Amino acid sequence: MFGYYIDIAVRSLRRNKVLTALMILTLAMGIGASITTLTVLKLLSGDPIPQKSARLFYPQIDPNTLDGYVADKTKPDTIMTYTDAMSLLHAHRAKRQAVMALTQAKIVPQHANDHPYFTDGVMTTADFFGMFDVPFQYGGSWTADDDESRAPLVVIADFLNEKMFGGGNSVGKIIRINDHDFRIVGVLKHWAPQPRFYTQGLAGRDYGDGDAVFMPLQTARSMDMGPQDTECFASVTDVQHLETAPCEWVGLWVELDDSAAVAQYKSFLDGYVRQQINLGRFKRSDTALLDVMGWLSDQQVVPDDAKLQVYLAFGFLLICVVNTVGLLLAKCLRRSREIGVRRALGATRGAIFTQFMVEAGIVGLTGGLLGLVLAELGLLGVRHEPAEYASLAYLDIEMFLLTFVVALVASLIAGLLPAWRACVMAPAPQLKAA
Amino acid sequence: MQIRPILAALRHHKAGTLLIALQIALTLAIVCNALFIIHERLTRLSQPSGIDEPNLLVIHNGWAGKPQEGEIASLMASDLDTLRKIPGVADVYATNTYPLNNVGIAYGIGHSPDKLKPVTTTAIYLADENALPTLGLKLIAGRNFRPDEIGQIGLHGDTDPSAIIVTSALAKLLFPDGSAVGKVAYISAKPSTIVGVVERMRTPWVDSSLAKWADCSTLIPYRPLTSASQYVVRVQPGQLENVTRHVRAMLYAANRMRVISPKDGVQTFADIRAIAYNSDRGMAILMSAISTILLIITGAGIVGLTSFWVGQRRKQIGVRRALGATRHDILSYFLTENLLIGVGGVVMGGVLAIALNMWLMKQFEMDKLAPGYVLAGVVTLLLLGQGAVLAPALRASNVPPVEATRSV
Repeated sequence: MFGYYIDIAVRSLRRNKVLTALMILTLAMGIGASITTLTVLKLLSGDPIPQKSARLFYPQIDPNTLDGYVADKTKPDTIMTYTDAMSLLHAHRAKRQAVMALTQAKIVPQHANDHPYFTDGVMTTADFFGMFDVPFQYGGSWTADDDESRAPLVVIADFLNEKMFGGGNSVGKIIRINDHDFRIVGVLKHWAPQPRFYTQGLAGRDYGDGDAVFMPLQTARSMDMGPQDTECFASVTDVQHLETAPCEWVGLWVELDDSAAVAQYKSFLDGYVRQQINLGRFKRSDTALLDVMGWLSDQQVVPDDAKLQVYLAFGFLLICVVNTVGLLLAKCLRRSREIGVRRALGATRGAIFTQFMVEAGIVGLTGGLLGLVLAELGLLGVRHEPAEYASLAYLDIEMFLLTFVVALVASLIAGLLPAWRACVMAPAPQLKAA
Repeated sequence: MQIRPILAALRHHKAGTLLIALQIALTLAIVCNALFIIHERLTRLSQPSGIDEPNLLVIHNGWAGKPQEGEIASLMASDLDTLRKIPGVADVYATNTYPLNNVGIAYGIGHSPDKLKPVTTTAIYLADENALPTLGLKLIAGRNFRPDEIGQIGLHGDTDPSAIIVTSALAKLLFPDGSAVGKVAYISAKPSTIVGVVERMRTPWVDSSLAKWADCSTLIPYRPLTSASQYVVRVQPGQLENVTRHVRAMLYAANRMRVISPKDGVQTFADIRAIAYNSDRGMAILMSAISTILLIITGAGIVGLTSFWVGQRRKQIGVRRALGATRHDILSYFLTENLLIGVGGVVMGGVLAIALNMWLMKQFEMDKLAPGYVLAGVVTLLLLGQGAVLAPALRASNVPPVEATRSV
């Protein structure tokens, strides 16, 4: 029976080619636009570290003066002073903890003829790799002792290893960064979480390639590498010694396994701030401890324009559906005689209804298929944009399936009214008119 | 034209009528908000930076081999010399940043040395005596920096200039009554005398959230002795392409120990502007495309549904023609019918447009929709409806009276 419905539907659609083409094209454009924008939004608002995002937390405290402070209404600062971050790090109150800042690392190539170039560098402490599940290809992390002894060690990314050493096991080799020699202790597998949650607040890029080099924070600082962002809350005369200046320039991440540990850490953090207030270092008592997704939404990492585009695309799809309802309705009313004849020959209302829904479904699936092509074209366009996330804009299997679900649902909703109108039509007047 | 018979006929096509009206309403709501966003973005795009963009290019230079600050001073001096000798180069200076760069330093500026109560925030541009002529800034009061005023600043030095040049917007904020020249303002613990006022120079940031002080810039007399700095080069008219092509090789020929990225180490201001406003331009293009497609779809929908109505009513049209109605009567019947539906649609759409705008205002930083946009949208959609209905209506008016006698 279903085959028969499909046969009738195809015949009917072919009878009026222009109208059919118009319906399919409209639906396809609506679907293409929606899937393109939704893919981009999904990419931008994804969980960068799904297996662990609920167990990683970003402590925030506030060393600012009371100027402009409104109790309970002022958010604590996004980054910390070195002094506070190191005190919290050395307290070891979380399972793992790491302090980090970003820097521009100048790499001097091995061949004398090549020009040096800048890459993205992370200055951090030993727990960074274990805490963020950073995968190693060769070697591993440096240790906490290396941090304290300011050992000139470095972990490099796969792409840098490829570029410098042809991709082989380069552990133990020397690489020259900012005119100092570093010994490679680890080479990463491809690692580029999107969005780059650990760079938020530190003035890094939000999306795109991973960082190229990871150096012990104290080592890098002893070689005078500066952080990307420095925010000072008091007059500063000496920014050379950022470690002691009243300036914030590092972020701290901690790993906490369960809600009890989170509560414990929060009270530890509050206690630390109270202690600093008593010492006269701090004036404000606010603290925060957000997990990865909470921190990303707090930082509003997803650009507004991406959201606006999704709303726009779905508004567009809505109009396309309304348009398809109108056109399907027109087609259906034009066929009242045919329906009358079929009803008179014994077709039930259900049969007529099903047949029209099948017709709408065919329009939807064809529209979806064409919409998929349009979405691929749209994403191709996005990839040619000079945005940070451009190179990541690909349709995944989930969005691929969603395209057809959206297409089918949209077309079936569009088909409901015409199909209902067709099946409630009284057969007798239609037959008489014929 | 009698409206009542049209309304009576429409009552028999409730679903179709409502669908067309709904489509017009939704299209109006989206299109006039889209037009509004396009206008907003285009306004942002066309904001002048205050500098002579067509004749400027920027070189991003980093030093290799970790030279000391003293060495950087002489390296930079010889670089500026090299650049000045390139044929086609008119002027050059070294700085930390420039308008549209999206990177820079911002300080509070005010009337007292403690920084707790600044008048406003200002962008800080490092400049020397060549900065004004290079950028093409118009000095409207006071004087330029003198060569002997230019200090040098490394990565960690203090910025406490005794002389500064400010933009007219900043001067007005600091000293609302009277000239700012010769007066003192504080960006550090030490007083800085305003020696000159330039007409306009935007801050390095284009983000709309910083728009409040986008024209508040301060030039301070320092040369940057950091391991990475920017050379802003002014070329003689018509020489931009030529200089852009050769400048990187010439700097490398003068001194190999440097980093100038082959990708974006040398940029013209056309490139810089394109990058700075890329997302705004993309949004404007996308909005225009979607609006156009929406109007086409709505038009096509009206053509489709009206064609069907005409086909369905051929017999009635024939009867009316046989009873003496002229072609013009039939044509104006369908045009009026469409106008009635259209008016219903745009009334509904106007309300939807304002509701949508209010919702968008809550979600994003956006202004209130100006009534002109709704009006423009209403006119566009009514005209579109009349245009779309014209072909089917003409076909209807061509139905011969003899149709009345067929298949009765």
